[in-house]
Amino acid sequence: MVIFDIKNLNTWFDSTQALKSVSMQVLANEILSIIGPSNSGKTTFLRMLNRLNDLNPHFKMNGDVQFDGEDIRKVDVEFLRRKIGMVFALPLPLPLSIFDNVAYGMRMAGIKNRKCLAQVVENALKQAYLWEEVKDRLAESAFKLSGGQQQRLCIARTLAVEPDVILFDEPCSGLDPISTAKVEDAMVKLKEKYTIVLVTNNVKQAARVGDRTAFFLSGELIELDKTDKIFTVPQDKRTDGYIRGKFG
Amino acid sequence: MKKNPYRTQNIAFFFLFLATLLIVVPVGLIVVIIIQKGLPAINWQFLSDIPRHGMRAGGIFPAIIGTVYLVTGAIIFALPIGLLAAIYLSEYSKDNLLNRVIKLAIVNLAGVPSVVYGLFGLALFVIFFKFGASILSGSLTLGIMILPIIITTSREALESVPQSFREVSLSLGASKWQTIRHVVLPNAIPGILTGTILGLGRAAGETAPILFTVAAFYLPQLPASIFDQAMALPYHLYVISTQVPNVDEKIRYGTAFVLLALVLFMNLVAIIIRTKFRKKKKW
Repeated sequence: MVIFDIKNLNTWFDSTQALKSVSMQVLANEILSIIGPSNSGKTTFLRMLNRLNDLNPHFKMNGDVQFDGEDIRKVDVEFLRRKIGMVFALPLPLPLSIFDNVAYGMRMAGIKNRKCLAQVVENALKQAYLWEEVKDRLAESAFKLSGGQQQRLCIARTLAVEPDVILFDEPCSGLDPISTAKVEDAMVKLKEKYTIVLVTNNVKQAARVGDRTAFFLSGELIELDKTDKIFTVPQDKRTDGYIRGKFG
Repeated sequence: MKKNPYRTQNIAFFFLFLATLLIVVPVGLIVVIIIQKGLPAINWQFLSDIPRHGMRAGGIFPAIIGTVYLVTGAIIFALPIGLLAAIYLSEYSKDNLLNRVIKLAIVNLAGVPSVVYGLFGLALFVIFFKFGASILSGSLTLGIMILPIIITTSREALESVPQSFREVSLSLGASKWQTIRHVVLPNAIPGILTGTILGLGRAAGETAPILFTVAAFYLPQLPASIFDQAMALPYHLYVISTQVPNVDEKIRYGTAFVLLALVLFMNLVAIIIRTKFRKKKKW
């Protein structure tokens, strides 16, 4: 099933073109990794999907981007963002308690029932493999958690609003290898229920967790294929060069 | 002979330090002189009694109360408007000509001499709206005077909340207003409070804006409603220093001491609130 159907997408920041006629699809329950050197447009692509780029007054886009068969610019933006969660590059807890961080999205959606919120928070923390570590300290500030725990808290916070898609923007760039492994484990489990788009600077991470991998270069989609194909028999020599670390 | 770079540096440091010291000296002197001359006048009767014998004896209670009323009125008026304007400017306004004009107007409003505010208040509130010389007119005039302080500091406080917090909130499906209400505003409160209290201090100390709009030369009873005139500390100080002959120096400095203490106390509260919130802030 196709979740995102992108046709001929072009984006600009003022007069600088960030993405150049990108056409691709994101399929249900896959982990799609996006790799490429910095300035290749990976993050712009990701933030386009939940319309976070729209916060930047200099951003412009054209082309056709459909989410579940609907133009993302025509659906209600709050609804769109609830359906498409996002985990950012750095752990970004809000200055609230652990509980309130996870409950934030549901509260904003109008859910006030305490029992219901408590259940949602518990489930979300369990799915992010954080429940056992924090269940006795839910009222503490989220800033008291370690970096890896904070990032899993951010994942739980995203899960709590029950999205269909989760966008990961270099989620492990600030984490040590052990925390990274935990986040990756969580991602692999999550794809049973969610569709995941993962932007990563870590080529090995894409190889480890991605079902399919897309390679971006200077705003163009160079190649998109099954991960094992990209990493064993890439069609384009630029993909090959990047994976082997020849540039970027 | 080769120049010794450390020598030049030491001389530069010396002058920089001297310039900084020169800022401290007048402040210190003002405070010391006023405490030295004013403190002996301070006693319970001085703080709680009405002025007597043509303001040459008795206390300054009505002036203290008048100033408290005026400052409270100014804040009731200026804080909501200033905060809403700051939210609009920092969160909603686009970078276009109109908004640049608005921002320029606010900067210029801060530079208008206070006596001009006094005349403006006289024309608009006292005469045009027929509020008369009253606490209402004086509060509104002071409120307009401190609006730019409140708007500017609140805007800075709102804009210092990291953009990433807004993005997180929006990415979880919160609307723009929910984001402002639940993420931006709570984290901007210390800055907003600081600005408010700085505004309070300014409103408490100004003479010119209340001169034509509210201040009574001599009014031994307390005001009964917001349409009454009132005495106020800065104007009372002006009156007993220049308009009434043979007022004991002690009473003048005592009044100055009370005014100074009130303003410094407010600034102190602002500093304490800011430090407290800064400690809580973790980004």
